[in-house]
Amino acid sequence: MDVTLSVNGETHKLDIEPRVTLLDALRDRLGLTGSKKGCDHGQCGACTVLVNGRRVNSCLSLAVMHEDDEITTIEGIGMPDDLARLQQDFVECDGYQCGYCTPGQIVSATAAIEEAKLGWPSYVSPSLADMGELTDEEIAERMSGNLCRCSAYPGIRQAIARAAEAEDKA
Amino acid sequence: MTRTFRMNEVQPRLLDETGQGIIGAPLVRPEGHLKVSGQATYAAEAKVENLAHGVLVRATITKGRVLRVDEAGVRDMPGVLAVHMTDERMIRNPAQGMMGESPVRDGKYIEYLGQPIGVVVADTFEQARDAAQRLKLEYSEEEAEVDPDNASETEWTDKEDYGDIDMAMDKAAHSVDEEYITAAHVAGAMEPHAAIAVWEGDKVTLHGSCQLVQFNVKELADALNIEEENVRILSPYIGGGFGSKLGISNEAVAAAIAAKDLGRPVRVVMSRQQVFDAVLRRTETTQRIRLAAEADGTLLGIEHRDRVSNLPNEGFSEPTNQATHFLYGGANRRYRQETARIHRNPSGSVRAPGEAVGMVALETAMDELAEASGVDPVELRLRNIPETHPETGLPYSARMLAECLKDGASSFGWDQRQSPRARREGDWFTGMGVASAARMNMLLPSEARVILTPTGAIVETDMTDIGTGTYAILGQIAGEMLGLPRELVEVRLGDSSFPKAAGSGGSFGAASSGSSVFLACKAIRDQIADKMGCGGDDLTLSNGLARCGNVEKKLEDLIDSDIVEVAQIKPGDTRKEAFSSGFGAHFAEVAVHAWTGEVRVKRMAGTFAAGRILNERTARSQCWGGMIWGIGTALTEAAEHDPRRGHIITRDFANYHMPAHLDVPQLDVKFLEERDDYANPIQAKGIGELGISGAGAAVTNAIYNACGVRIRKFPAHPDVVLEGLMAFD
Amino acid sequence: MRPFDYTRPENLEVASQALTDGATPIAGGTNLIDLMKLQIMTPEHVVDLTRLPGLSDIDGTPDGGMRIGALVSNSVLAGDPTVRRAYPVLARALLAGASGQIRNKATTGGNLLQRTRCPYFYDTAMPCNKREPNSGCSAQGGIARMCAILGTSPECIAAHPSDMAVAMRALDAQVEIRQTSGETRTLPVGDLYLLPGDNPAKEYALEAGEVITAVILPAPVSGARQTYRKVRDRASYAFALVSVAAVVKMDGDTIESAQLAFGGIGAKPWRDTEVEDVLAGEAPSDELFAKAADVLLRDAWTEESNAFKAPLAKRTLISALRDATGLSGETHFDMGDAA
Ligand SMILES: Cc1cc2nc3c(=O)[nH]c(=O)nc-3n(C[C@H](O)[C@H](O)[C@H](O)COP(=O)(O)OP(=O)(O)OC[C@H]3O[C@@H](n4cnc5c(N)ncnc54)[C@H](O)[C@@H]3O)c2cc1C
Ligand code: SF4
Ligand code: FES
Ligand code: FES
Repeated sequence: MDVTLSVNGETHKLDIEPRVTLLDALRDRLGLTGSKKGCDHGQCGACTVLVNGRRVNSCLSLAVMHEDDEITTIEGIGMPDDLARLQQDFVECDGYQCGYCTPGQIVSATAAIEEAKLGWPSYVSPSLADMGELTDEEIAERMSGNLCRCSAYPGIRQAIARAAEAEDKA
Repeated sequence: MTRTFRMNEVQPRLLDETGQGIIGAPLVRPEGHLKVSGQATYAAEAKVENLAHGVLVRATITKGRVLRVDEAGVRDMPGVLAVHMTDERMIRNPAQGMMGESPVRDGKYIEYLGQPIGVVVADTFEQARDAAQRLKLEYSEEEAEVDPDNASETEWTDKEDYGDIDMAMDKAAHSVDEEYITAAHVAGAMEPHAAIAVWEGDKVTLHGSCQLVQFNVKELADALNIEEENVRILSPYIGGGFGSKLGISNEAVAAAIAAKDLGRPVRVVMSRQQVFDAVLRRTETTQRIRLAAEADGTLLGIEHRDRVSNLPNEGFSEPTNQATHFLYGGANRRYRQETARIHRNPSGSVRAPGEAVGMVALETAMDELAEASGVDPVELRLRNIPETHPETGLPYSARMLAECLKDGASSFGWDQRQSPRARREGDWFTGMGVASAARMNMLLPSEARVILTPTGAIVETDMTDIGTGTYAILGQIAGEMLGLPRELVEVRLGDSSFPKAAGSGGSFGAASSGSSVFLACKAIRDQIADKMGCGGDDLTLSNGLARCGNVEKKLEDLIDSDIVEVAQIKPGDTRKEAFSSGFGAHFAEVAVHAWTGEVRVKRMAGTFAAGRILNERTARSQCWGGMIWGIGTALTEAAEHDPRRGHIITRDFANYHMPAHLDVPQLDVKFLEERDDYANPIQAKGIGELGISGAGAAVTNAIYNACGVRIRKFPAHPDVVLEGLMAFD
Repeated sequence: MRPFDYTRPENLEVASQALTDGATPIAGGTNLIDLMKLQIMTPEHVVDLTRLPGLSDIDGTPDGGMRIGALVSNSVLAGDPTVRRAYPVLARALLAGASGQIRNKATTGGNLLQRTRCPYFYDTAMPCNKREPNSGCSAQGGIARMCAILGTSPECIAAHPSDMAVAMRALDAQVEIRQTSGETRTLPVGDLYLLPGDNPAKEYALEAGEVITAVILPAPVSGARQTYRKVRDRASYAFALVSVAAVVKMDGDTIESAQLAFGGIGAKPWRDTEVEDVLAGEAPSDELFAKAADVLLRDAWTEESNAFKAPLAKRTLISALRDATGLSGETHFDMGDAA
């Protein structure tokens, strides 16, 4: 079936079966292998992409459901010669080891910072009315949908805290 | 020509003399920009034209034979290209580390539920997966034992005695005699096992996820019955290994078989569930530890018994007591290991095989001894550090265990520790725990080529970077030795056409491959010194300049053609002169909920001494990783096996709980300055597994200190803690 | 995943017709796609509800309650200012579930109808009455850690995994359903779920072609302390072993009323008003809470591998009530506020 996907600002026409997930469409059909497949069942976060600015697990979504949606993958966040601030912070803080969960962490964190700005609380927020500061614990809860078996968690969160603070100041 | 160097005697600390000043520096990883943008290519992502997709088929019985395969039922499904079932070349399970030959090839025979017994190939992944799932098989099933505790077939895989532990227990003023149970674990590398096989005539190129490339070439060749020369493996990036990618695995063999047959490249990626089903797990253990001590806590002896499990004929038994041999003194020592032969999925090396679970038991027992003898747990450990190796009498090459314990205790605020159940805020108890860390160090043969060009240097070796930082440290070693900023050193890894390295495993990778790069660079330095007309010792290289006395030349002017050196390190006599191991100390503070038994790690710190630290940033990450695995062992991770079928029931990331962000606080890691002269010419030791060794016990010892519940069954899920809490009701 | 036809109807009418003809609806897809990949669900026709108009709104109702469209995502619902202020137990329960990514896709309707997490249900090599009627129940005698201890039957001991639904049960939510006729009916959320009995494959009181269109919350209990307490095998991103949703109204030093619902232990999101009766009008104490827990668990039926759930549920309830009534000194509760 024909579907038009808008990924990182580019439009792609695809002829795919409805059973092709957004993740497999990105990786296998469009060659955008920056989004990773760690579990294929929504259990790791490696496949996180933004759909209309919100983070989702692309492995648990059908590509055909995303006609007219604006999809952003890690490639759209920043490429090697033009890294986004958060990506640079990941490099600086060694927020990765093998690198496999990393694009998912970064895309997820990009959205998590936005969610915090909107004032969305988390399960660990002391108050639902006002989430207060973006503490390490807050970041940890918000990022718990992204597993990292190398366990770069401390560095990942240092990077996110740095980027969030920089955005705050900007 | 390869220069081979045997580590027969202690070498000068050249890296402390060189001029570039980048060795040990916390430089960021050179491949970082690729990883953070998703552009580092892992096995499944190699750009290969005309790719067909294979999906493995899983056996759904525990033991028996495949009688019939309903190939016809899926053959005509759209896109299906081939069905390869019960091929004689299909391996039963992944190879054990450094096997260098094919694992058991069972053909039609099934020995565990989940065994990959074939592959279905189709034009698209979706088609192949559908057909593989729908393929109907008939079996003849046999009885199979799956319970390690009641296995009828067991084997003594270790029996050692020193002195008389029974006598020591009789004489002891204080003693401990307890059983500890640890759950089975999986490596759970985030990149599932993946392979793309591409044939050209008789030669196959495998884009694989392989930790030990030179061994994997042999294993794959042997499985396929072809010559080693005809196999090339490429593994430039690996999405985590932790032991699970030490040996060639089912997806690689299946991809190669299918691609050959089809005349078209084939990709096979295991689903996450298949990784749980088939990839070597860490065995569950039941350990019994007896400690006999004098009134002041000094050990008279140790007994460490354990029961582990594996498939029949699988040549691996978790070396559970590895650290017990040398960590603490006591003349009377006994070791017994039984391996139960059962039909759970096979076990093998998972990060720090041995220490990861063995030290959890030992370090809990030490905490119990501290309690029994009334000696502070840090002090008890200090008192039991032996002069020399308690079994071989060898001196230790470099051992800063005492310094780590003391330094860690003071920076953690250990003196604030109170007695069990003394600190309670609301319904949360708080407490602190300590554990030693020890992971023995190894040097393995490893070879590298270094090319000095007029504008920079290139390092080539089939060594891998599984996230450990190999790209970073090899570039640093070469840069330091050749007087180049690291940006001018290009490191090429993971290609079997390069010189054969030790590979990534057992924490030996960095020091072994680093030594080979060091040696090749040293040979290049000698050539430069020749050109400069001075001895190698008088040469200084930095920032592209060579200096001898008051002569100074630009490297680019000095060399008109590339200088190429290939060097190999081999272990030698120094390992017979001193015993080499990394050491450290873990401290943890936890909160335990008085009603529900939930545990939260509040703070955790590790102080380590592991010889020369080659890159402080990547070394720290290794320790973070290890400590967090310790948290997983202590609190969250359990591969639970079906009691009837033997396979793992917690076979995905929703049921097997590796720590998530919220399970882990910010961690403090500190390295003490150390050089291990006996280890290798760069005086470095392994670090990837040191961080996990003992870490879990620091957490569970803190649980005891918080709420008075002694954890002897790991992980300490809420129900385990709760059982202990209820005893206080 | 098997091949299937995919359609995206313009309106509910068309959707409902397709469903009547045997199609399966998809909303966030986070449960359906998961199960389709494993061929546990094998629909031939999938109907995309996500672009249907009118199902994504959160509105006030005339009696001071709230109507939540079936397509409202779990994140939007948890972030909604009124939910946070007036139904904090619901916000917390949502935030305790899954991950930020999943909550962005997961919908109110889909969350209610997500299927069990019994690991044997997910393992096609093993018999399972829910997946394949009359094949047997592997959880019994197996690893039943994630299974229920209340409302089960000899045929099936699966637990319902939703956190959101537990909070909604405590809040007396109603489910609004569009029938094939086009008429709307409502059902208390507790009645949406069928106990396994002899037919664990039939899980919901929905007829073919029916679509959940909304969840309706009654006016909030003002001035009630609300808490959602979830105990699990890791700190986040895990299903509940036991969870407790508590809405407790105090009258001075006594408990005026308590609305309690439980997750992780029931074949459906569990509520038992007899437990609440034990508490009403009494002064809070650990003994009282223990007595309430004993009532809750009077008919508990456990397997060896989940026997711990009885004491864990008891103590989690005590803990939640200690927090909600102030006994624990915990300040981590939310005050529901109708204003
Ligand atoms: C890794 C992971 C962890 C999770 N952890 C948690 C957790 O901790 N707590 C928790 O509560 N949940 C958890 N979930 C489950 C998650 O909340 C559900 O998957 C989600 O809520 C389902 O919503 P959906 O819209 O995606 O449903 P879908 O997958 O789209 O649909 C689910 C079912 O409902 C049907 N359906 C959907 N909408 C309607 C409608 N309007 N009318 C009629 N039928 C409909 C579909 O046909 C399908 O059968 C987890 C999920 C994953 C993958
Ligand atoms: S408990 Fe229910 S879902 Fe689980 S195996 Fe038994 S029948 Fe299947
Ligand atoms: S691959 Fe999508 S969550 Fe793991
Ligand atoms: S960096 Fe390897 S899994 Fe996160």
